[in-house]
Amino acid sequence: MTSSDSHVDIRGLHFSRGSRPIFAGVDIRIRRGLITAILGPSGTGKTTLLKLIGGQLRPDAGSVHVDGRDLAAMNRTELYAARARMGMLFQSGALFTDLSVYENVAFPLRAHTRLPESMLRDLVLMKLNAVGLRGARDLMPSELSGGMARRVALARAIALDPDLVMYDEPFAGQDPIAMGVLVKLIKTLNESVGVTSVIVSHDVPETLSIADYIYVISNAKVIGEGTPQQVMDSGSAEVRQFMRGEPDGPVPFHYPAAGYREDLLHG
Amino acid sequence: MKTRTLELAVGAFLIAGFLAFAFLAIKVSGLSFAAPEGSYLVNARFENVSGLTVRAKVTIGGVLVGRVTGIRLDPETHAAMVEMAIDGSVKGLTTDTTAAILTSGLLGEKYIGLEPGAEDTELQPGDIIRDTQSALVLENLIGKFLSNQLNKSTEE
Amino acid sequence: MAEQRTPGARVAGLGADALAIVEAVGRAGIMLFHSVATVPNLRTALPLLARQIYAIGVLSLVIIIVAGLFIGMVLGLQLYRVLVDFGSEAALGQLIALTLNRELGPVVTALLFAGRAGSAVTAEIGLMKSTEQLSSMEMIGVDPLRRIVAPRFWAGVIAMPLLAMIFSSVAILGGWLVGVEWLGVYDGSYWSAMQNSVEFGEDIGNGIIKSLVFAAVCIWIAVFQGYDAEPTSEGISRATTRTVVYSSLAVLGLDFLLTAVMFKGF
Repeated sequence: MTSSDSHVDIRGLHFSRGSRPIFAGVDIRIRRGLITAILGPSGTGKTTLLKLIGGQLRPDAGSVHVDGRDLAAMNRTELYAARARMGMLFQSGALFTDLSVYENVAFPLRAHTRLPESMLRDLVLMKLNAVGLRGARDLMPSELSGGMARRVALARAIALDPDLVMYDEPFAGQDPIAMGVLVKLIKTLNESVGVTSVIVSHDVPETLSIADYIYVISNAKVIGEGTPQQVMDSGSAEVRQFMRGEPDGPVPFHYPAAGYREDLLHG
Repeated sequence: MKTRTLELAVGAFLIAGFLAFAFLAIKVSGLSFAAPEGSYLVNARFENVSGLTVRAKVTIGGVLVGRVTGIRLDPETHAAMVEMAIDGSVKGLTTDTTAAILTSGLLGEKYIGLEPGAEDTELQPGDIIRDTQSALVLENLIGKFLSNQLNKSTEE
Repeated sequence: MAEQRTPGARVAGLGADALAIVEAVGRAGIMLFHSVATVPNLRTALPLLARQIYAIGVLSLVIIIVAGLFIGMVLGLQLYRVLVDFGSEAALGQLIALTLNRELGPVVTALLFAGRAGSAVTAEIGLMKSTEQLSSMEMIGVDPLRRIVAPRFWAGVIAMPLLAMIFSSVAILGGWLVGVEWLGVYDGSYWSAMQNSVEFGEDIGNGIIKSLVFAAVCIWIAVFQGYDAEPTSEGISRATTRTVVYSSLAVLGLDFLLTAVMFKGF
């Protein structure tokens, strides 16, 4: 773990949706050039975290610094420029259904650059080739399988060669082959280009296989962090239960109820 | 959706819309009487203008020559004064031109029919036509008819 | 198990609902402002607009033309029956034209439009929201209000008045078919009585103004309901229902107001 400077620095983050606190004082450092994973049970607001990093949401308190600059202090133009340096892969791919695969990948290029068509074409084909879908360029999103859609979405996310790529639950609901493909792509991107990667997931085994650093979030706080080995050997029972997938522990198996014997006898 | 076909379809749609507009303008509303360029104003005094409205047609021999531009009550004589804009191309209306308020069709709207006279002097802008026939008020007609009937029966 | 809410709680609930409505209207206004109060980049905006005019306008043509034809023919039948008792069947064309241009054209077109195009737009935008397409567009740095909402809004404002005029024209022809060809009204009087009584400025012009107002309101509601929908399947289905219901009510209410203002003095 060589790189130590922070690409994304989150300090004292507080964020609530309505009356429900999603983050109550969270500190996270995403180190440049490494793959950082954010793990935690479903519904703990991991997607919200990505949106906060992307500037789509504003923290109630605390700060989010990207590349040393506070997101909240940016105006529209600066935010726009910052987003050009980030790529995000949504859980469902989120391809634009009215555009072809080619046009989807070309979209960020058209939005941020004024490249001539020939150069644009080369770039799009390069990105599609990197994810292995160059031959699918004229298909429409509705004609793609889930796994293929995600790969196209990845190609789109890296179209502008961003420094930071965020993956929202990339492994959720994928068959083993698709999973293997994605893992390979994430690793390759990180190793070959040195892209900072943030993976948000609740899929422990896959994430452990590629993450350099892990944060475990539960109940609006960070309950554990470290290298994969450090987290697996964690002293915290909560962290251990989550990492090992134990059905019972600090998060109980039984929903709170009256005594079993009384229920059966008097029900 | 090929761009070419899409553009054709949208273009055809827009054209269809404008054709509909033209149809409504010309065939349906009979938009042909252009804005009066060089029209002159003439007045006419009536006893009763019941049913006549501003913008009603003014015709000579059934041909549209102008529009009613104002209706008011003459404060001294308490007669109805109707102001009309006659198209500039209509010349030679004499001072003894008559104006009648007519009805187009049984349910139709009221309009003014002018009949040229035989005098030598021409109507000037602002002149008043005095020889007029007022609107036929249905109640008066019925009243007349009924009283006629009454007279007839009393005579017998 | 059923909780009885105290009267106080009910009133508070009503108040909260009322506030929610005001908030929604506010959100809708802000959304509209951000969508249309910007100078568009014509090179990118025009193709998007053309595509939306196709989706909203061209694809509505069939229902508008069919409805127009049938309504015109029914008007022809019904009005003829009434007029023939007065011996005034010659006034058929005039009555059909006036009814259509002043009222039926703009109103029926708006209602059909809200049902067909409005609900489609709401569903489309709602679906884009729930599949995170709007979010990903934002993350790429493109404002979905300008790219998705604005073209649909302008397409609605352009297409609907045209559809209304097509509706009225087709209906007048439908009335002619029934009145002249079938029931024997004299062709000349069908058109001449019409031309004599239909004023371009007042009747046709006001009809167009009505159409424009209805169009803006209907497409605004449709776009907002989609944009604001909850990103679930029930959320979207509720949003489409709301589009149709609110648009229809708004059209009918506005029609009364506009008619009272436009056609009062005669």
